[in-house]
Amino acid sequence: MSLTERPPATSAPAKKLPVKQRYSLLTRDLDWEPSYVNRADLYPYTSYEGIVVHDWDGWEDPFRLTVDAYHKYQSEKDKRLYAVLDSFAQSQGHLTLSDASYLNSIKLFIQGVTPLEYAAHRHFAYLARYLEGPAPRFAALCQSIDELRHAQTQIHTISNYNKYYGGFHSWSKMHDRVWYLSVTKSLFDDAMSAGPFEFLVSISFSFEYLLTNLLFVPFMSGASFNGDMPTMSFGFSAQSDESRHMTLGLEAIKFLLEQDEANVPIIQGWIDKWFWRSYRMSALVAGMMDYMLPKPVMSWKEAFELYFEDQMLGGLFPDLAYYGITPPRHVQDAIAEKDKLSHEVYKILHNFSFAAAFTTSTPSDDHMAWLSAQYPDTFDRYYRPTWEKHRSVEAGGGRVFFQGLPQLCQVCQIPIAFTERDDPTRISFRHSEFRGETFHTCSDGCQWIFDREPEKYVQAWLPVHQIYQGNCGGPTVPDVLAWYGIQEGDNGEYAGSPDQQQWAEWHQPAKGGN
Amino acid sequence: MTEQTTLRPVGIDLQESEENRALIDAIKADNPELTVRHMPGLVKLQAAGQIVIKRETVEARLGRPWETGEFQLAIVSYAGNFSEWDDDQIIVRWKH
Repeated sequence: MSLTERPPATSAPAKKLPVKQRYSLLTRDLDWEPSYVNRADLYPYTSYEGIVVHDWDGWEDPFRLTVDAYHKYQSEKDKRLYAVLDSFAQSQGHLTLSDASYLNSIKLFIQGVTPLEYAAHRHFAYLARYLEGPAPRFAALCQSIDELRHAQTQIHTISNYNKYYGGFHSWSKMHDRVWYLSVTKSLFDDAMSAGPFEFLVSISFSFEYLLTNLLFVPFMSGASFNGDMPTMSFGFSAQSDESRHMTLGLEAIKFLLEQDEANVPIIQGWIDKWFWRSYRMSALVAGMMDYMLPKPVMSWKEAFELYFEDQMLGGLFPDLAYYGITPPRHVQDAIAEKDKLSHEVYKILHNFSFAAAFTTSTPSDDHMAWLSAQYPDTFDRYYRPTWEKHRSVEAGGGRVFFQGLPQLCQVCQIPIAFTERDDPTRISFRHSEFRGETFHTCSDGCQWIFDREPEKYVQAWLPVHQIYQGNCGGPTVPDVLAWYGIQEGDNGEYAGSPDQQQWAEWHQPAKGGN
Repeated sequence: MTEQTTLRPVGIDLQESEENRALIDAIKADNPELTVRHMPGLVKLQAAGQIVIKRETVEARLGRPWETGEFQLAIVSYAGNFSEWDDDQIIVRWKH
């Protein structure tokens, strides 16, 4: 360009291209056909699962994200979040929580969920390399960076609590070793060891689209209601990315279903499997929502009805029926147990918290009144009597913990303590034979998953079996707790715990001074 | 605009914040049938069939230019399908 052709300095800056055109130029157009390597060598993992794709350009990304837009919005999200974190730490915000016992739910979060964010970061980076179309590759790349941001912001946020409270110090090690955390870890390991398309259906669709609201929104509303501003802020910051991840899950499934009819039964099988896997893991959230929040927000049952039954069964599945997809197998079992799930799970946590990196306690009178109102058909009849018995033992200075190790489900790895669909007094217990050995599962859903891929699930790292095999630090409870990284006071009963005592001390009226 | 195919409910959850108040007002104005539920920290919007968000309405209420991409900063979750997301509007509805 010569000097004379330069536009006058006063001209307006060039108008930005419309978003559709920008997306087409900056994202879709950056793909190229390989010239000196075979396509099959470049993308070696997209054929062995039996999924047929005719045209990768059929993939839509409604967000039409480009690199510049992605960075602009993400940096704005981080700025807003870190402003909250700083002010909370500077103002001793932890003292304004509803109660120190609230933090048990956040301990469960950093031990059980944050490491999954990191795992997701790793696996989406893999998809960003190996999916064949530029649209899903770029969406996976953004999600990979998002997941790393989530892991980092959660660690930063929660590290502030680690200065004052127990149970936050060794979450990464615990995630790899502790019994209740193997529930979340094994689910992600299951997904990551599947092929790329099954991973999309498992994590992006079943986990992110179907159930993410049940997993995250209750945590975040619970945080808001219990004075935990930083957790609420990282949660909502992460959830704003989550909407994009949900979209990736939904687009993935629609794309695969539209590509070839042969994909339909494969996808249906994955939906059936991953709905139940993700739902079983969400049982931990059910226990947290109903029992671990000093100020509960919404019962598990209500959240399940609102976010799953209304939105997914009422909204999404009729949409997928167009492709021949039916609601997940065993979904009726999940609906049937919504009145008992949280109670059964929290009973497990309450019985075994001597071996956990959080504390538990018997619900107070007010809390039981709330539970009774939320669960009019079951709470007073089946669960209140148990809590009252705990109460009377505790009034005499005792505390009941279960002595011994529970049988774990070979698939979901939760102790086998769920009950039969139509009988809340009978434990549900299934067994399957494989290569001359017996394997136990907790439900028809988990048994069906085991029987579908027994070669995979016989390899499960079951924490109880590992203790008995001598792989967890030694034969006694203190040996195992030391190997878990659990320190005295992280575990057991909340009343009288270091967290509770310090909290009481910090909230005593000032005794003078200057 | 394409025909509305179904009246099944769609929903959008937004963070409850000062800035999002104008956005929520705009969505209410453009979707008269909207139900609004306040939960700790967030606002849950639901409607039968579809929810539409129009840039012009949001800008009028915010009193400044607003890009539809900024909606990414406000959203917590949704139920439905983004059937349109361009410079002027965002539409959430089911596909079939």
